[in-house]
Amino acid sequence: MQFHQHVLPNGLQIVAEMNSSVHSVAAGFFVRTGSRDETEDVSGVSHFLEHMAFKGNGKFAADDVNRIFDEVGANYNASTGEEVTMYYAAVLPEYLDTTMELLSVLMQPSLSQSDFDMEKNVILEEIGMYDDHPSFTAYDNIMAAHFSGHPLGQSILGTNESITALSAEQMRVYHADRYKAGNITLAVAGNTDFDSLLALIEKHCGSLPAGACDRPLPEVKPVDCIKLVHRESSVQQHIMQMGIAPKGSETLRFAAELLAVVVGDDSSSRLFWDLVDPGYVESADLGYNDYDGAGTWMTYLSCMPDDVEKNIARMHKVFDDVNQGGITAEELEQAKNKVASRVVLRGERPMGRLSSLGGNWVYRKEYNSIADDLAIVRGLSLKDVAELLEKYPLKFNTTVGVGPREKLEL
Amino acid sequence: MTSQKFESFQLTNGLRVVVQTMSGLQSAAMTLMVPAGAVYDQRGKSGTAAILSEMFPRGAAAMSARELSSAMDNLGLQRSVSGGLSYITFSTATTADRITDAVPLIASMVLNPHLTDQQFGPARELVHQALNAMEDEPKQQLGHFLRRCSYPAPWGNPAEGTMADLPGISLDDIQQHYNKFVTPQDAVVGVAGNISAAELQPVIEEAFAAWQPGESFTPAIGRVEDSPKHIEHDSAQTHIGIAWDTVPYRHERYFEAWAAVSLLSGGMSSRLFTEVREKRGLCYAVSASINTQRDRARVFGYAGTTNERAQETLDVMVAEIRRLHEDITNEELQRCKARAKSALIMQQESTMSRSSSLARDTLHLGRVRELEEIRTKIDSLTVDQVRDFVVDYAPSSMVLVTIGPEALDPACVSAPAAVV
Repeated sequence: MQFHQHVLPNGLQIVAEMNSSVHSVAAGFFVRTGSRDETEDVSGVSHFLEHMAFKGNGKFAADDVNRIFDEVGANYNASTGEEVTMYYAAVLPEYLDTTMELLSVLMQPSLSQSDFDMEKNVILEEIGMYDDHPSFTAYDNIMAAHFSGHPLGQSILGTNESITALSAEQMRVYHADRYKAGNITLAVAGNTDFDSLLALIEKHCGSLPAGACDRPLPEVKPVDCIKLVHRESSVQQHIMQMGIAPKGSETLRFAAELLAVVVGDDSSSRLFWDLVDPGYVESADLGYNDYDGAGTWMTYLSCMPDDVEKNIARMHKVFDDVNQGGITAEELEQAKNKVASRVVLRGERPMGRLSSLGGNWVYRKEYNSIADDLAIVRGLSLKDVAELLEKYPLKFNTTVGVGPREKLEL
Repeated sequence: MTSQKFESFQLTNGLRVVVQTMSGLQSAAMTLMVPAGAVYDQRGKSGTAAILSEMFPRGAAAMSARELSSAMDNLGLQRSVSGGLSYITFSTATTADRITDAVPLIASMVLNPHLTDQQFGPARELVHQALNAMEDEPKQQLGHFLRRCSYPAPWGNPAEGTMADLPGISLDDIQQHYNKFVTPQDAVVGVAGNISAAELQPVIEEAFAAWQPGESFTPAIGRVEDSPKHIEHDSAQTHIGIAWDTVPYRHERYFEAWAAVSLLSGGMSSRLFTEVREKRGLCYAVSASINTQRDRARVFGYAGTTNERAQETLDVMVAEIRRLHEDITNEELQRCKARAKSALIMQQESTMSRSSSLARDTLHLGRVRELEEIRTKIDSLTVDQVRDFVVDYAPSSMVLVTIGPEALDPACVSAPAAVV
């Protein structure tokens, strides 16, 4: 595998990992924009805009975009998060030219009023769809509560009210501000050669408007709180908790990833053995999420409503034990094996490499090959975990519940 | 398309093994499918196979659950056991240099599980919890009812079990189910990755040699539940499921069926996505796909939409299904072919996806369908063939299941098809 990096005159960052032993090539634009970059009056615009990107431009209508992607057999889609909006396609190498052209169309769509009005309905439907997922409701609420007053607390989808009130003109202004070449990274992974790739990129992406934009990184100051979303008809109670963990720029994030596997993976972790294996809960896990200038520990628990307190106590006993005694060498070794195997399996597909390639560049201007990732995992020690726990113990400030419970005694 | 190398062998107890060597990759994956799924649950004991599936990872031979799990983690073995309708499936993957060390552990889990009181209680509780979770996810619940109204029992039974039957299932039922159905003669192993059959064969033979064959069983066919059916639910959206007959994977016209469904729902230029979502903005999620069992299959359609627009969504979906035979163009079919061929080629980048295809093909067809054969079949499809199929299999009526605050008018699904 060979890594290449280049910047176009307009500021577009290009990172590519070429691998001639795979069958496909995946390309993705990582636009450094998401819900945290929105103001309150345009809440949900990043995600709505992601939908609008597929409506085409003066050359390709909406029908053309979908039709041509399908004609070349592309596996394509997009996603919006708090910090990055990503547009990607995986294709056979012979279709890379067409694919790069279409992907570049997604960066500069027309944003017509009629498309906007129609797609607004789809966005409202999507909000309705997620309303029917208790874990999503819990996530939206815990982000709002934990990051109260901080831009990371802003909802990705927005609300029925904010989307209904949003205008096409507001979206155009937001787009002009955020979709500048200097705010975008193009990552490519798979079977192609860099010289011809670069020629395609220059042809299709050279005209993206130059410029960059800022993102304030205020400190997170969570206030301890409990919020319950009452749903009488829900059979189970869903609980999420959130605490402070390493920021995306800290090297302690690697130890945090590994600790989350030891403590809260979905199989053979401490939470698994103490809560899931005995049948006390339907699900219990711990995850680590990193952001620009922030990081979180996040737990999720679902169980029968009457058992919530007992199960939260069990969970916190696990966390207290880890905070006080750390983890064992054997646990560390098993987690390393698990993670290493995941790195290898995920890395076999260009689509699997794409998110790691683009993500590392957007956040840190870093390139990590599979071998680098494996070496980092292998190099972690109990001392790193101890340092992590010293600085970022498994402590939780914010609790959100979704389900029939109206009160919690924690 | 690159050439493929398959090798297969059979153990004296009947277990069939198919190996595809994928030398460009670093991993290897193994899928073992045993025909011991929920269709074999005794009447009134729906959930037996689901509980048994939960019990497999809970210790094997002399190893406790934790010891077994540690041994697997030390090999970096990703694994899952899933109790499906027809089969219990053991899926595993790790780096290719470790797969032969993993085989004895996998075999031990299958051949010598701890079917004890100590493990039974928690396993049943977990199945109970999973059923509770399903109640909170209307889309999942919809799938459950759609199957019940589409297939005769036990083929329409829920793989997850039912809340009503769960308390009546005993450890004895689990042991009986295990002894009767977890047998090698109709089971299949698919292995794909950077490993040869020559390396694997002695390891698999030794690990699975003690597995005793038993009898083969075919469940008796019962009744299909009535539809249209509406389940009242305090949800934000109305979830719509419709179903109609098509042909199963092993049928000679399967690829025509596949193309027909692709026209409806394969990709974002397909008819349902374009008509329901793009032109009318009626919903976020709309789809149709083939749900195939060995001997029967249905197309399952789905849309989730807010209540005020649910009736229109249903009407438009059904109209599109009914007019599928109209105006099929060669360009439309070419797009479906391009998507399928690219997916086939990309499948060769994943050992997990290949190993499960090897096992499923063997069970459905009695052999592995090589990618080149699939490509030829897809390439040779014509517009006339696909149109003829759509006409021949036009639904005269459809199953309709809805979950949401209000029932819909089902008239459109029962109107006879006006196909020329």
